[in-house]
Amino acid sequence: MKAQVCLIDASKCIGCRACQAACKQWNQLPAVKTEFTGSYENPPQYSCSTWTKVVFREYNENGRIQWLMSKQGCMHCTDAACKLACPTGAIYHTDEGTVAIDRIKCIGCNYCAAACPFQVVGFDRVTNRAEKCTFCHDRLVNGLQPACSAACPTGSLVFGEEREIISKAQARVERLKYKGNNNARIYGLDEVDGTAMLYVLADKPEKYGLPADPQVPLGTRIWSAIYGPLRILVVIAVGFGIWANLTKNKELDKAKEEAQEEKE
Amino acid sequence: MTNHWIDYQHSDVIMAIGGNTAENHPISMKWIEKARDEKDAKLITVDPRFNRTAAVSDLYVPLRPGTNTAYLGGLVKYILDNELYHKEYVEHYTNGTYLIEEGFDFNEIEGVFSGIEDDPIRNAKKYDRTTWQYQRDENGEIKIDPTMEDPNCVLQLMRRHYEKYSIENISKITGCPEDVLEESYELFSTTGKAGKAGNILYAMGITQFTHGAQNVRSIAVVQLLLGNMGLAGGGVNAQRGQSNVQGATDMAILYHIIPGYMSTPQQATHPTLNDYNELETPPSGWWTNKPKYLVSLLKAFYGENATPGNEFGYQWMPKLDGRDHSHIAMYKDMSEGKVEGMICWADNPAVSGPTAGAKREYSSKLKWLVSVDLFENETASFWKREAGANPEEIDTEVFILPAAASYEREGNKANSGRWIQWQWKAQEAPGDCKSDLWIVNELFKKLQQLYREEGGTVPEQITKMHWDYDGPNGEVDIVKVCREINGYNVKDGSLVNNFLDLKYDGSTACGNWLYSGYYNNLEKPPTKRRIREKEGIGSHLEWSFAWPLNRRVVYNRASADPSGKPWNPDVPQVWWDEAEGRWKTNDVPDFNVNIPPRESAKIPFIMLPEGQGRLFSAFVNDGPFPTHYEPADSPVSNFLYPEATYNPISQRFYEDHVVETEEEKERYPYVLTTYRVVEHYQSGIMTRNMPWLIEMMPELFVEIDEELAAELGIKNGDKVAIESKRLYANGDQKSIEAKACVTKRLTPLMINGQKKHIVGMPFHWGYMGKSTGAVANDLTPSVGDPNTTIPEFKASLCNIRRVG
Ligand code: SF4
Ligand code: SF4
Repeated sequence: MKAQVCLIDASKCIGCRACQAACKQWNQLPAVKTEFTGSYENPPQYSCSTWTKVVFREYNENGRIQWLMSKQGCMHCTDAACKLACPTGAIYHTDEGTVAIDRIKCIGCNYCAAACPFQVVGFDRVTNRAEKCTFCHDRLVNGLQPACSAACPTGSLVFGEEREIISKAQARVERLKYKGNNNARIYGLDEVDGTAMLYVLADKPEKYGLPADPQVPLGTRIWSAIYGPLRILVVIAVGFGIWANLTKNKELDKAKEEAQEEKE
Repeated sequence: MTNHWIDYQHSDVIMAIGGNTAENHPISMKWIEKARDEKDAKLITVDPRFNRTAAVSDLYVPLRPGTNTAYLGGLVKYILDNELYHKEYVEHYTNGTYLIEEGFDFNEIEGVFSGIEDDPIRNAKKYDRTTWQYQRDENGEIKIDPTMEDPNCVLQLMRRHYEKYSIENISKITGCPEDVLEESYELFSTTGKAGKAGNILYAMGITQFTHGAQNVRSIAVVQLLLGNMGLAGGGVNAQRGQSNVQGATDMAILYHIIPGYMSTPQQATHPTLNDYNELETPPSGWWTNKPKYLVSLLKAFYGENATPGNEFGYQWMPKLDGRDHSHIAMYKDMSEGKVEGMICWADNPAVSGPTAGAKREYSSKLKWLVSVDLFENETASFWKREAGANPEEIDTEVFILPAAASYEREGNKANSGRWIQWQWKAQEAPGDCKSDLWIVNELFKKLQQLYREEGGTVPEQITKMHWDYDGPNGEVDIVKVCREINGYNVKDGSLVNNFLDLKYDGSTACGNWLYSGYYNNLEKPPTKRRIREKEGIGSHLEWSFAWPLNRRVVYNRASADPSGKPWNPDVPQVWWDEAEGRWKTNDVPDFNVNIPPRESAKIPFIMLPEGQGRLFSAFVNDGPFPTHYEPADSPVSNFLYPEATYNPISQRFYEDHVVETEEEKERYPYVLTTYRVVEHYQSGIMTRNMPWLIEMMPELFVEIDEELAAELGIKNGDKVAIESKRLYANGDQKSIEAKACVTKRLTPLMINGQKKHIVGMPFHWGYMGKSTGAVANDLTPSVGDPNTTIPEFKASLCNIRRVG
């Protein structure tokens, strides 16, 4: 299904956060008010205004210092927990293999955010809406690569044809192993049946703050199996909710515009 | 840079020392990663902090701030002891074989060279350099010993000078474990072999010390010993941190040079043009052309008013009075009420200058202050309550001229690799914001009018100036500026091809000889070229224009052996084709291709009169061999030279300014280094008005190691106070506040058996803009290097305590 994917080679990431800024710029997401709490990582949470961020982790094991950085956000899973969890069918796979949220169908129930094994769906309690990385679907269908990978200066983010990217990733892992990184691996090839964001990690996923073995929660799967066929009914049942949410969507857009104006 | 960014792909070992390249020059990593991917290149980071570059390095070398010369001196000794230097290169291309005067000596107790004497005017020492000269025979030829065994030859003197720089001693000084030192020395020395290229990258972590110039010299010495100069993947590569700081330096933003790196005339020694030419023109080397460049510059300055009869207007040129007029000295003058007004152009010293708090105070002695910036910055607001001042007590009149950002104007910019690239305007500037060029044009025209009408002191300096840059509609015609920088023939205004066309007789005008050729064609100016190289070694000769003469790697004659065979045939810069009897090139040759290879091999470093690289240089104010001096604010005394002070030649501007006594060392026990983060830019006035960047780096912080944090009861995110001697007066200790960043990336270092903690602070914050914070530079001392007076931002002492 996935024709094109994005490599996130964490072993080449310098944490410059050009990707993080590019995402906000392309998608016109407002800045979040933050505080310095002890790490370079900020904002602390994913939200409707923050779809991706660079995660910083530091270690000092027996004098060997490691400062691991990696761009994180929606993985665009094949076996997407959020899609299974969504009661209205608002979450779907696009023809390009990315996972998208239909704003109109989203009722803000927050099930997707709760089910996501990577915990990267932003949920805004005020506007009652779920949002996340779109893989820059609007750019993709216009022949452009995602804004984040276009901004990356080091070759940590590389967008391309799936097979090419996989072999690039495999070669890189071999190199990292040769250099002594015994825990180097590809992450996202087998996990949740494959993800459109494919990592090369120089160490174990946990050390980057990624789940070791991401799974669709069992509850979500059961829920989906039972209620899945009834989704259409759910849609009707929550019709009112959709209408209500539409109004909220407008409010959110307005809030964003205001934030933008303030910035200007 | 002697090389350029794209050239990094050819390096075998890259040492980032005193330069956090991933953080401050992210694009460099593209080429470094390429080198690592394709040729298994290794990256070494030498830095007090495990920084973002260290995070992706093969080897991290920690060291105490201010001990780079010791570290590099240790590398020199390692190279010499293990005979790892590139012998043929050193013999043919450096002054390693030259004999130095018998009287040359070094005092191991005081850490000073022969010729030391008092300099009461500068409240420091200075050198009489008689004993530092080359020995010459009766014909004036330099005496050499090709075997390099004569005890007075440079290589032997060097062995002696660095005898004490053993790994054991260097470990005690720097705090770096011996095995890590050795590993890094061994790895970098592998580039001494023919066919291998070692690249040293640096930035302010090398230069911003009271011994900054010597740090740079150390790098040059290492690179000459290993034969890494002139070749692809090698070089001494200063990475510039602002988009056009290279261009600013080329254009002589510094007081001691005039455009194109010629010295500013001194009234005492250069009263006439002839005096200047006699004193400043060496007997051999490329600088023998200097008089042509100076006269062409004078013609650009004064136009038709410059004639052979009036020394081409040389008398109108401002001349120096022998004193230092750099940043620290200028502010000292200001503190004494000697400065009436100041134009602060794209500069924010109230945040970015050393001892910034005092600078803000001195500003109130100005009658007027003009600030040209994108936003209202701290310097322009020194009088406000936000700055801690009382506006009622300040009489200074402040003007703010809103400037256009770089994307809102067109013009050329020089990058670190000396590429003078045209930048097109991306959008109009908002409101009344104007380009710098427009502002300077209007300002000068007004000044000229006033001087014409009202006169003044030496009005000719202004009234005789050739100033004709107006374009249509009240705009500046930038092409007129480019023409003048490029140079033209006075007779018909036609553009000169390059600096080889410049003349001494006043028939050519040129604003900067080094740039000559960058705009030698009105239709297709080289600076606007954008053609990528299809095959080759990445020189991209048809992409923009690199000074000088579009040369991408300078001194490239040294990339081939004396017969013309490249040291590394895989990526040759130039090579002699025996069959065809001519040179072939991948770059613009830095030598005369019309003389036989063995002849050009005698002068690969064409800018120097002796034509060969200087392992020993009598032209540095503080000594011919780089020598370890402690920073002015140091937690320990000099381990190598027991009676040495900090750099003895460095001017002592203020009394009781740096930490001296044991009691003070206890009061300020931690070594502070300041730095930049990628999310903010310089004094922060641009980026602290940008919400997306503020979101990522919202507040001033201070990095502290876990052990020190535990000792002081400081937790991550706590508010802490930082104190230094600069904030101490009459028994009253002031402090600045920041958030604590307790990190595993810093570890205490063992300095000669004593544990010392290093703390680090970015300096981007101030009291204006959307994100405000204390000014880290309130802590740093106003001391500087004796060659450049660049301030010592990178190493000082402080105390830290928890607040509340
Ligand atoms: S793919 Fe687009 S939406 Fe997703 S993180 Fe990158 S820039 Fe943001
Ligand atoms: S732009 Fe690239 S190198 Fe920079 S933080 Fe993002 S992924 Fe890492």
